[in-house]
Amino acid sequence: MKAIQEILVEHPFFAGFAPEHGQLIAGCARNYRFDAGSFVLKESKPADSFFLIRHGRVTIEVSAPGTEPIIIQTLGPGDIVGASWLVPPYLWMYDALAVELVRAIGIDAKCLRDKCEIDHDLGYDMMKRFVPILAERLQATRLQLLDVYGKQ
Amino acid sequence: MPQPYRIASVRQDLADTFSLEMVPVSEERPGFAPGQFNMIYVFGIGEIPISISGTNSDCAGYLHTVRAVGAVSRAIARLSPGDQVGIRGPFGSGWPIDRSEGADIVFVAGGLGLAPLRPAIIAVLAQRIRYGRVVILSGSRSPADILFRQELEQWRQRLDLDIQVTVDHADRTWHGHVGVVPALLARADFDPSETVAFVCGPEIMMRFAARNLLDMGVSAEGIYISMERNMKCAMGHCGHCQFGPDFICLNGPVLRYDRISSRLFLREI
Repeated sequence: MKAIQEILVEHPFFAGFAPEHGQLIAGCARNYRFDAGSFVLKESKPADSFFLIRHGRVTIEVSAPGTEPIIIQTLGPGDIVGASWLVPPYLWMYDALAVELVRAIGIDAKCLRDKCEIDHDLGYDMMKRFVPILAERLQATRLQLLDVYGKQ
Repeated sequence: MPQPYRIASVRQDLADTFSLEMVPVSEERPGFAPGQFNMIYVFGIGEIPISISGTNSDCAGYLHTVRAVGAVSRAIARLSPGDQVGIRGPFGSGWPIDRSEGADIVFVAGGLGLAPLRPAIIAVLAQRIRYGRVVILSGSRSPADILFRQELEQWRQRLDLDIQVTVDHADRTWHGHVGVVPALLARADFDPSETVAFVCGPEIMMRFAARNLLDMGVSAEGIYISMERNMKCAMGHCGHCQFGPDFICLNGPVLRYDRISSRLFLREI
């Protein structure tokens, strides 16, 4: 059984991470398992952890009264679930549902935020890794908003 | 002059999309290259450019997949077997399939863009041994809008092909991928340094896909997109489809990305 730090640095999100930072993050991390049909996170709940998917798929959904939930994105191995832990008031904006068995590493958000406040190099490295993900998702969302396949 | 063609069959693919087989009334149908288009004339209504979505061996005529959005396309969608249309063509440049032998081939299709790519996909699969990895990425608005779904499912059964389908949004009855088609590129298995990419769909989607391909290391000379502009003469005379120094009807519709990338972001053209 691999140590959590070993598993962390093998995840694409942490590729090239400084070993000393890997040790710091490992102190905030633990393994999670989500059965198919269970929620990884729920809208409006505290964003206590974010997740690095190792196995399985998660759908990001929005629900509204009187209608079935709408799936807006599918995430899989190598992807990150959850960015609201970075932004006050640290509440989830969407639901994330495990559509099959999901194994993930969960990182305690407060633990990591506290460590980033103390070690700014760690904080900057985390931001450098998260911002491209956020930019890519913003770009994808805008493309979805444009409804490019609709009748012109 | 338009040549008379008879509608041999009509298949409804989606709620507003139809594939029609059109066979020549008298003459033999000219050969064509995947990616080319015909000008289809509905008598008394008008004429529009439509890409050929079939292959040279699909039928004795042309297969065209049409989405009913305007007066002429809606008229085409209402045609029945036995009706006649006029066809001029084929026109334009095709996908550089032969020149891409030995490369990994990535097809990126958005919505109806799968139709002009279909003959190229079939041609590559028919000569599969000549190419490296082959990837098909197809995106649609929703599961109900997936074009050629049965064919995509058949292709997926092949062991020598990586095929991924995504939709922009779905409900829980859909168990596939949800997200934009350019985002599928990161998951696909191909060597960017040895890849030729054929991209077809809404222009915005093609720009995003091309950017993602470039970011992954595919060269601009290895990316081909199929452009659309209003076409009238289809022979490079009227200027309606002019795109900077190029006429889409003559130099396109398939154009190499490095030649046109700087013009794609010019609102004036």
